[in-house]
Amino acid sequence: MIALSDYLVFSGLLFSIAVAGIFLNRKNVILLLMCIELMLLAVNVNFIAFSHFLDDMVGQVFVFFILTVAAAEAAIGLAILVVLFRNRRTINVEDLDALKG
Amino acid sequence: MGFEKFLFYVFALITLWASGMVITRRNPVHSVLFLVLAFVTSAALWILLEAEFLGIVLILVYVGAVMVLFLFVVMMLDIDLAALRAGFIRYLPLGAIVTLVMAIEMFLVVGSETFNLSAFPAPDAADSSLNNTRELGLLLYTIYLYPVEIAAVILLVAIVAAIRLTLRRRPENKYIDPARQVLVRKGIDRIRIVKMASEPFEKEESA
Repeated sequence: MIALSDYLVFSGLLFSIAVAGIFLNRKNVILLLMCIELMLLAVNVNFIAFSHFLDDMVGQVFVFFILTVAAAEAAIGLAILVVLFRNRRTINVEDLDALKG
Repeated sequence: MGFEKFLFYVFALITLWASGMVITRRNPVHSVLFLVLAFVTSAALWILLEAEFLGIVLILVYVGAVMVLFLFVVMMLDIDLAALRAGFIRYLPLGAIVTLVMAIEMFLVVGSETFNLSAFPAPDAADSSLNNTRELGLLLYTIYLYPVEIAAVILLVAIVAAIRLTLRRRPENKYIDPARQVLVRKGIDRIRIVKMASEPFEKEESA
């Protein structure tokens, strides 16, 4: 039998890999967005695993909304990226210091 | 039940391997393709967890739309890969340490007795007549009707924002300003009525 902890360990590892990706690819905005997608996937696996083991459909409803928001986030993020590349000819995070933050 | 466990390990290992490839590949196109693989195999895991509708939605909507959007953008931009890869080795030790500590901490919490089979016994396999899509729809369109509509508004906002952000007016393009177009007046702007004396009708000689 697959235990709940198996799924939780799996999603924890997936989340850790995504965090490592953010550390390693900290200059590439596209890779950063992709790592955020991986993190959301790990969170969704958690929701669905709990939904299954607690026999409660509400977890799946929540995953539905997370997918919606993640799709909107990806669309807007990529649009910003395209505008950024058009204006600055780069997507290197270190060059994006126009706001002097 | 052994086969189910075998499937879980196969899909989980493929997903973890693919996500590892996502963060280490030099070519972003390969990264996106490995991300697609990670999403497809985790959709299989969701179906293993009896969330059939969401598994299919993950493949159709997420892989079919969002990942293709990523692929479009990655292929459209002409990126200097060498500059973006600089520092990969330099950040590797710090990233590995932080990630390892995080993974071990999470493993200590979620891998413990609290979440094993005695605390959360595996539910019986759902009856094959149970319709996951119907169950989800019954919840979404009754109790969660307002959140569904808010989600729809969020998607609409995303559409408008994405189009407005990437829209650009090129000076060489000719376009019609609709505001000025509807403000046009019949007499002055569009047709001019010329008063002139009527001329005698001349029959043409050679038809």
